[in-house]
Amino acid sequence: MIKLIVDTLLSQVRTLWLVFLKLFKKKDTVEYPDQQPYMFPRWRGRIILSRDPDGEERCVACNLCAVACPVDCIALQKGEMEDGRWYPEFFRINFSRCIMCGFCEEACPTNAIQLTPDFEMAEYIRQDMVWEKEDLLINGTGKYHDYNFYRVAGKQIEGKDKGEALNEAAPVDVRSLLP
Amino acid sequence: MSLEIGSFLSIGLILGVVIITAALLITVERRLLGFWQERLGPNRVGWFGSLQVVADMIKIFTKEDWVPPFADKFSFVIAPGIIMTVVLLSFAVIPFAPNIGVIDSNIGVLFILAMASLGAYSVMLGGLSSDNKYALLGSLRAAAQMVSYEVFMGISLLGVVALTGSFNMREIVESQADGWYIIPQFIGFVIFLIAGVAESHRLPFDIPEAEQEICAGYHTEYSGMKFGMFFVAEYIGLVLISSLITVLFFGGWLGPEFLPPILWFSIKAFAFIAFFILMRAAVPRPRYDQLMSYGWLFLLPLSLVNLLITGVIILSMQ
Amino acid sequence: MIALFYIAAIIAVIATVAVILQTNIVHGLLYLILSLLAVAVIFYVLGAPFAAVLEAIVYAGAIMVLFLFVIMMLNLGQHTRDQERSWLTPRGWIVPSLLAAVLLGQLVNVMSQIDHELIPAQIGVMEVSALLFGPYVLAVELASILLLAGLVAAYHLAKTK
Repeated sequence: MIKLIVDTLLSQVRTLWLVFLKLFKKKDTVEYPDQQPYMFPRWRGRIILSRDPDGEERCVACNLCAVACPVDCIALQKGEMEDGRWYPEFFRINFSRCIMCGFCEEACPTNAIQLTPDFEMAEYIRQDMVWEKEDLLINGTGKYHDYNFYRVAGKQIEGKDKGEALNEAAPVDVRSLLP
Repeated sequence: MSLEIGSFLSIGLILGVVIITAALLITVERRLLGFWQERLGPNRVGWFGSLQVVADMIKIFTKEDWVPPFADKFSFVIAPGIIMTVVLLSFAVIPFAPNIGVIDSNIGVLFILAMASLGAYSVMLGGLSSDNKYALLGSLRAAAQMVSYEVFMGISLLGVVALTGSFNMREIVESQADGWYIIPQFIGFVIFLIAGVAESHRLPFDIPEAEQEICAGYHTEYSGMKFGMFFVAEYIGLVLISSLITVLFFGGWLGPEFLPPILWFSIKAFAFIAFFILMRAAVPRPRYDQLMSYGWLFLLPLSLVNLLITGVIILSMQ
Repeated sequence: MIALFYIAAIIAVIATVAVILQTNIVHGLLYLILSLLAVAVIFYVLGAPFAAVLEAIVYAGAIMVLFLFVIMMLNLGQHTRDQERSWLTPRGWIVPSLLAAVLLGQLVNVMSQIDHELIPAQIGVMEVSALLFGPYVLAVELASILLLAGLVAAYHLAKTK
C-alpha cells in the first residue's frame, strides 16, 4: 500500500517535471504563412493539364480520369481536330469536390493530368473553385519532360502514318501471310 | 486616499487587478500550454500574442446571447452570476499585503469555505435549468464532486488553523514569520492542492465539463457573455486557489526585504498558477468513480490522520 | 448595523413566504437558500460570526445542495407544478394561518416584556468551542457517534460485492 502510494506520487512528480522541461525544447510548430514548408515534388495538390514537348495539349479526351475519379469532379467533352488528334472541347474540375486522391493521374494514359505540390487554393466564392481548361492548362511538360503520346502510340494522325511511331514495327500486311 | 485595509482604493485595486489577471490568464494559459506541448501557442495578435485576450473578449461579447426556449429562464440567467459573485467575494478576506485587503475578518478561512460551497449552486442550476442531458450529467457530477472535495479542503486547512490558533488569515500569515507551514503541514498542503483543483474543476479534475464525454457539461447550452462569465470565473477561481495556497502554506506576503510584500505575494501566487497550468498540460483526467473513491477512501482518512497528528504534536509541545 | 439587521430580516421573511407560494420547486429551493443566507447575515449582525458562517456552510452550502441534487434526479416537470398550484387554495390557508397567528401573538407578547437594549456581544470561535467541548461535550459526542454510524452505513450500502 505504502509502496503503491509512493510510486504513484513519484510517477506524477516525474510526469510534471518531464513536461516542465519541454519549456526549453525546440518547438515543432512551423509558422506557415511566414515560413513556407518544403513541399515534396510528389505531393498531391492542385491538378494541372500539361503539354507535350512540342507544345500541344497532351490530353486526348479518353475520359479515363473522369471514370477513375471517386467523387466525379472531372467533366470533359471529346473533340477531334482535322489532323485526327483528339482533344477536350472543355475540361472542367470542380475543386470543391476534389479530394486530391491522384487516381486521375494514375489513370491517365498520356501523362496529361498531373498533381502539383501547390495547395493554396482557397476561395471566398464557391463557384471560383470550378476550374476550366484555360485555368488548368500549363505551358510545360510537368513531371515527364520527353513523353509525347502521339509519337509512341499507334494512332494514325496527319503526318504520321501507322508504323512510324517510336519503337513501332511497320504494320504487317496480313494477306501476304496467307499459306 | 491612502492604501489601507478596507479603503476604496484598496478594494478597487484588488477588484481590478484580480479581474484583469484572470482575463490575461486566458492568454497566458494558452501560451504556456503551447510551450509545454512543444507548440508556440497564440502569438499572432499584438506583441507575442499579448492582445489575444482582447480578441477573445471581442468575440465573446459580440456573440449572440441565446437563452434556449426550453430552459428555465430564471435559473438559467442567475447561474453564471452566482459563481462570479461568489469567487469575487472570496477575495474579500485574502490578505494581499500588510496594507492591502478588503476586510480583516476573524472567520476568514471559514468565509472562503462558505463561498466555495455556495459556488456549487451555480454549476448545478446552470445544468439543471438548461434542460439538456449533457448539462444535467455535468451538473450531477459537479455537485457530487464539489460537495465531496469541500470536506477534504476544510479538514486539510484545519491543521494550519490549529497551528495558528485562529481563523484570521492575517494572523495565519503573520504566524509564519519563523517558518512557512509547508514544512509542518506538507500532507495538508498536498490534500489542499488536490481538493482545490477539484473544487474549481480545473483539469485534471474537470470531470463536470469533460469535453470528450459530455460536450461541455453544465455550460453546454450557454453562449455569449453568460458563457464568458463561467469561463472568467474559472480563471478567477484559479487565482483564488493560488492565493489561498500562498497565504496558508507559503507565508503570504512574507519574504526578504529587498522586494515589497505585494510583489512577494504576486510571485508566489503566479508560481502556483503556472503550476496549475502545468498540471493541466501533464496529468490526464481520472474516471469519475476513481475521483470519488480516491477522495472518500484515501484523502479523507489521510486528512483526518494529519489533523490528529498535528493536534497531538501541538498538545505535547505545550 | 441595525439597518442591516432589518433588511436581512425582511429578506428572510419575504423569501420564506415565497418558498411556500412558489410552484416551481427549484425556484422555491432558491428562495429557501436566500432565506438561510439572510438568517446567516442576521447571526453576523447579532455578533455571532461563527454561527453565521456555519449556517452558510452547513445549511446553504451542504444540505441544500443535496436537496437540489435529489430534485435533479426526480425529473419534475409541468405535472408537479400544476399539482402544487391545485394545493394552494384559499381553504387550505385557514388553519395554518390561525396557528401562525397564535404563535406570532405569543412571540410579540414575549418580545414586549424584555427590554430592547441590543448590545451585540461578539461570540467568536473560541467561546463556541469552549462551550461545545465543556458543558455540552456529551451532546457533541452523541452527535458525532450518530454521524459515524451514518458514515459506516453509507459505506456499507455503497460497497459493491
